[in-house]
Amino acid sequence: MFDVFDAVLLARLQFAFTVTFHFIFPSFSIGLASYLAVLEGMWLWTGRPVYLDLFRYWLKIFALVFGMGVVSGIVMAYQFGTNWSVFADKAGPVIGSLMAYEVLTAFFLEAGFLGVMLFGMNRVGRTLHFVATLAVAGGTCFSAFWILAVNSWMQTPAGYAMNASGQFVPADWFAIIFNPSFPYRLVHTVFAAYLTTALVVGAVGAWHLLRERANEGARVMFSMAMGLITVVAPLQIFAGDQHGLNTLEHQPVKVMAMEGHFKSYPDGAPLVLFGWPDEAADKTLFAVEIPKASSLILKHSWDAPLKGLDSVDRKEWPPVAIVFWAFRIMVGLGMLMLTLAAFSLLARMRKRLYDWPLLHRFALAMGPAGFIAVVAGWVTTEVGRQPYTVHGLLRTADSVSALDAPAVGASLLAFIVVYFLAFGAGTYYVLKLMGHPPHRGEEGPPRDRPMRAAGITPAAAVADSLAIGKEA
Amino acid sequence: MPFIFDLPMFFAFIIAFAILAYVVMDGFDLGVGILFPVLSVGRERDSAMNSIAPVWDGNETWLVMGGGGLLAAFPLAYGMILSALYAPIIAMLLALVFRGVAFEFRWRDPGHREIWDTAFGAGSLVAALAQGITLGALLQGIAMRDRAYAGGWFDWLTPFSVLVGVSLVCGYGLLGATWLVMKSEGSLQERSYRIAFRLGIATIVAMAAVSAATPFLREAYWMRWFAWPQVLFTAQVPLLVAIVTGVLFWGLRRRHHYTPFLMALALFGLGLAGLGISIYPNVVPPTVSIWDAAAPNDSLKFMLPGVLVMVPIILAYTGYSYWVFRGKTGREGYH
Repeated sequence: MFDVFDAVLLARLQFAFTVTFHFIFPSFSIGLASYLAVLEGMWLWTGRPVYLDLFRYWLKIFALVFGMGVVSGIVMAYQFGTNWSVFADKAGPVIGSLMAYEVLTAFFLEAGFLGVMLFGMNRVGRTLHFVATLAVAGGTCFSAFWILAVNSWMQTPAGYAMNASGQFVPADWFAIIFNPSFPYRLVHTVFAAYLTTALVVGAVGAWHLLRERANEGARVMFSMAMGLITVVAPLQIFAGDQHGLNTLEHQPVKVMAMEGHFKSYPDGAPLVLFGWPDEAADKTLFAVEIPKASSLILKHSWDAPLKGLDSVDRKEWPPVAIVFWAFRIMVGLGMLMLTLAAFSLLARMRKRLYDWPLLHRFALAMGPAGFIAVVAGWVTTEVGRQPYTVHGLLRTADSVSALDAPAVGASLLAFIVVYFLAFGAGTYYVLKLMGHPPHRGEEGPPRDRPMRAAGITPAAAVADSLAIGKEA
Repeated sequence: MPFIFDLPMFFAFIIAFAILAYVVMDGFDLGVGILFPVLSVGRERDSAMNSIAPVWDGNETWLVMGGGGLLAAFPLAYGMILSALYAPIIAMLLALVFRGVAFEFRWRDPGHREIWDTAFGAGSLVAALAQGITLGALLQGIAMRDRAYAGGWFDWLTPFSVLVGVSLVCGYGLLGATWLVMKSEGSLQERSYRIAFRLGIATIVAMAAVSAATPFLREAYWMRWFAWPQVLFTAQVPLLVAIVTGVLFWGLRRRHHYTPFLMALALFGLGLAGLGISIYPNVVPPTVSIWDAAAPNDSLKFMLPGVLVMVPIILAYTGYSYWVFRGKTGREGYH
């Protein structure tokens, strides 16, 4: 059955599948780790027990999500070698070092303090526990920094030289890390992680407000989430626009695909709102267009000329329809997020944030929007990089291991089955946890009994006050 | 060489250290997973799980360090080893997914705890077996042509690689059992002593079998171990193994809490030293040496300060995390 696919396509599908699944977890856990740090900080600062309750509520969810992120991440560390060994050999001297720094500065930090964060509140006292939470949150951000440096370098390679064995070798590390697209991608992705988390937290708050308007935990989490969305959604749209301009400068072909521009427009390109890009016919069918608006957005001038895909060799084209549609899904969801931000701001100003069911239903429906937008954005930029792994320099077809299609196909099937079983169950458990309303005296992460200090540590004395949060 | 010291050599030590750290640390928590089916449902399993729950994640990070470090410092070896050992590597990754998620899932879903316990045990077993097979296949050697793997996709499957796989399962089981001896009380500890005794014997027999077979794999290995005068040096390894084994069983018989685990760690250290003696100076036997596979010096130099600064810090806070969770683990334990 694998005859119809070649090994390259299967290897790409496998990478796309594993990385897409993996990307969902960090985009939630980056935001959630920061949110937990804020909650614990607020608890320590104000002493209000609701913050500790919410901290514990979300900590249980974080434990599940983080665990899934770890195991799907280990897979990624090996995918480069199993399916993309030529890429690993050639690009390893550059990107490998950045990933090594990610492991050294981020992964160990997260993993080392996660145990204390999840299980250690009774053992280390509140200040050290807060340090552990901050370390985990910091680790997730460092991780984003390094892995996006790697990803951006593949998009806009800089600071390298080539050696005799055809490897990319580092010439200027600063130029490699801070390559042209990196600052834009970092800001855009971290904002996306925060928005994704805020949308989930907001949806959970909204769900419980719809059922129990007076629930204090639901009110606090809903208000915090909507506040973050109100601030970050507009910033994100601005950051995305800047990122797009950067892409136009360095990867114009990707923008041509995003815009669905098959032909060049010497005096103002239209903005294609919808349509069906048909690569065989060299045009976007059924296009609904706003004349000259694309030039206005990309060049800030109605009549600026924009080149289209006809200006480059067909062998340089990414799959146009995928990039075109993924981009529209992301932007459309971004606009909905902006609408939610405005709606919640209106409700807040009218002091109706907690008793406006339409707002709560809207926020609930937007719960998964962040994940979909993140994946769509990821598809836009990664599929838009095709047909290269290192943009303009190393073709995808020349990066793959010498593997036979059945081997790649069989492992792809195995990944699909295992991921759907394991992460399907995990998602179900996360949703089940979210279905419980937050309440006073929230328990910590899972164990089947109420908390009791165990073992030989002297922490038993602090345990009770920590557990109940009564000292306020 | 324009450098004061040999950078590829230094990074080979770092990778070897990461592998040792991974093998002993994830070794005991994989070992606990391997033993899971023979522990009784309820108190024993909960307590065993609680003893590793706060640290398994950090332990597994050393695997990412090994993979990432290999990609960074020896990209050629990384690409070759992983494409040559495609099937066992994928099996290991999938097994680690199952056992990793089971840590949280079993508490979240008491109705299906049996399923997640099975996933935890089976995942640990398959991961250990696959790691051992990987190691065995690497020792056998990997065919290379034009900087790429040149063999078939079942070359890794031989009696020798399976022998190493089974040995590693026994060894991890021993680490897990001695870890539980150290961290538990009562019936779980008593059971762990008995399991450790049996697995101790199995591990020693397996180590002996692997050691006896290795010199026959390649003439270079034979020369390395038995040529005069370095036999004076290499003979120390089996000698030390004998001493450590004696102390291990003495500790088990005398019902020591810490000695058995420390001796099991020492056995793994010696096993890895033996492995190093066999394959040095290659990273991918029989042809790719440390210097052939190394990334350019500019890459290694860039990573050097990171390694020198961060590894001690990582060890410090990893140690701190173990210190926080020291002592015996209760069933209801911490959260």
